[in-house]
Amino acid sequence: MVIQTDLAKGAKGIKVRRTGRPRGSRDSTGYRIFTWLNAMALITLCLIMLYPFVTVLAQSFSSPGAIKAGQVNVLPVDFNINSYVAVMNNGMFWRNYGNTVLYTVVATIIAMTLTTAFAYVLSKEHLRGRKILIGIAVFTMFFNGGIVPNYVLISSLGMKNTMWALVIPGAISVFNLLVMKSFFENLPKDLEEAAQIDGLSWFGIFGRIVLPLSKAVIATMVLFYSVAFWNDWFAAFLYLDKSELFPVTLFLRNLIAGASSAASEGAAASGSSAAALSANIQSVTMILTVIPILCIYPFVQRFFVSGIMLGSVKG
Amino acid sequence: MTTTNTVQVNQPATKTDGLPPSQSSTHGGHDGPARSRRTSKNAGRRPLRKSLQRDWQLYALAIVPLIFLAIFRYAPMLGNVIAFRRFRPGGNIFGDEWVGLRYVSMFINDPTFWHVFSNTVILGALTLIVCFPLPILLALLLNEVRKKAFKRLVQSISYLPHFLSIVIIVGMVMQLLSVQGTANQIITAFGGDAIPFLQRAEWFRAIYVGSEVWQTVGWGTILYLAALTTVDSSLYEAAEIDGANRWSQIWHVTLPGIRPTMMTLLILNIGTFLNVGFEKVLLLYNPLTYSTADVISTYLYRVGLVSNNLSYAAAIGLFQALIGLVMVLSANFISRRVVGASLW
Repeated sequence: MVIQTDLAKGAKGIKVRRTGRPRGSRDSTGYRIFTWLNAMALITLCLIMLYPFVTVLAQSFSSPGAIKAGQVNVLPVDFNINSYVAVMNNGMFWRNYGNTVLYTVVATIIAMTLTTAFAYVLSKEHLRGRKILIGIAVFTMFFNGGIVPNYVLISSLGMKNTMWALVIPGAISVFNLLVMKSFFENLPKDLEEAAQIDGLSWFGIFGRIVLPLSKAVIATMVLFYSVAFWNDWFAAFLYLDKSELFPVTLFLRNLIAGASSAASEGAAASGSSAAALSANIQSVTMILTVIPILCIYPFVQRFFVSGIMLGSVKG
Repeated sequence: MTTTNTVQVNQPATKTDGLPPSQSSTHGGHDGPARSRRTSKNAGRRPLRKSLQRDWQLYALAIVPLIFLAIFRYAPMLGNVIAFRRFRPGGNIFGDEWVGLRYVSMFINDPTFWHVFSNTVILGALTLIVCFPLPILLALLLNEVRKKAFKRLVQSISYLPHFLSIVIIVGMVMQLLSVQGTANQIITAFGGDAIPFLQRAEWFRAIYVGSEVWQTVGWGTILYLAALTTVDSSLYEAAEIDGANRWSQIWHVTLPGIRPTMMTLLILNIGTFLNVGFEKVLLLYNPLTYSTADVISTYLYRVGLVSNNLSYAAAIGLFQALIGLVMVLSANFISRRVVGASLW
């Protein structure tokens, strides 16, 4: 079927090919077999990709007993929402969830402000010292201070046990910076020139002309940054001691670490009910942590391919 | 006002004339943009002071980002001097007194270091060997798919793990491989005995690399798919006229067509070779699997931040970062010489 429709299109010469592969006219039997095998392989891949999500979802609705007995695969066994109720009633979970929302919003605002301003400056080809500025940023991609000096720095700045340790150090991702820079470079120059003639300053051009034109790239970068900050756990792990400041990822990490250390202390083979219970709670926490990502994913996806291509081809 | 006489013809004269000479700030803002037109017509260099006057608003926009980079990126690089200085908690962040190569010789004579070093090399090499070619293969397979909707669906699903927190990934891995997890259900269904995968050192590398593939393979195809769209279609037609079948077309046209992308990504991967997924190892390993799982970064984390031997850990970290830098530079150099593709 697939092949025939393509043949028809090819014959009429309607099809505009983007991949450059000439289509249709001489498909051998071997190639047709390949097409089907290929489709099968890709479907299998998708099932493998999705399986962990499905299992976690099934476990979150199953009873600890069924998980312990190893009965849960794709569908929930002993369907119930007890674990959801238990997690929902956990004050610390909600507190940490709220922290994650707060950290993500604040960090994204800081990151966007710095990245957008810097990317705009770097996109001005006439600017003196532009290459030096780009070099300063790009060098940090290949060499970094490392975890110990960073830790010492954050500690001595007094940022430990504050949200600033989580929201400030990630403010400029050089990759995002380069993507934005190449987007700004591709904006039509005439608009800016017209604004210049009308007497707008650089600040005015940036605020009134460039930013409104850049909604697509700004949306992409907001999504990239917010996903990264939402998912981060390590900064919190390093710099926070008080559990009421934790983001939800660290809450989850402690659940998982607690379960695995309990499991390694001899309970592994027997599969204690405590471990099964925590598998249940873990699944619920994972689902609740992932939901915002899954909600914005369709929107991220719309943007990121073009965003990445921009960054890679021109960056 | 030195700038006035260099203002270009297309700059409205009234604007500059109307400005009091002392307000160089506003002035710079107005005629600054004119410079971009000027440079395109006439590439002459201006004195630094004039550039500053014209573009001061641009430089002002860059100040905060530069301060940020100085404090949070470059200061830690300099902070690595504590690898050569004794550091006291609460003291100077650049250390208190020089101790020379004391910490360097400490890790060179440390058997644990060489153990974690070889673990790192093995894990990094396995990851590179497995995770580098698979996205290329997947991109080639996806490229042969003719139904756009199906292709897009496969892409959407395979990109998804990239957007998950490493904590979630590790949580899923642990559930799948737990004693009552899916992997063991399959094993017991075929009559085998359940294996506590996460407690077995010999399984760690497979688990690590496998989950790495799951997480990165889809996302890795993006750049290759982008590169594939740029391959010239006339090359395929020429190859077909020359009697090349599809397999030889892939070999002689498609693969050379995406070679620059392959090289770029290979160089980048080689540069992060020794940084093998620190966070993932930290979350996945436990004392039972240290013998294969412990890598340089986790070791220096334990030595430095858990046992508070910061100078020693900084020495290890500096060594690791320098190897990374040298590897990127040499991979880039070799690639430029051999295939003519390079990062810069």
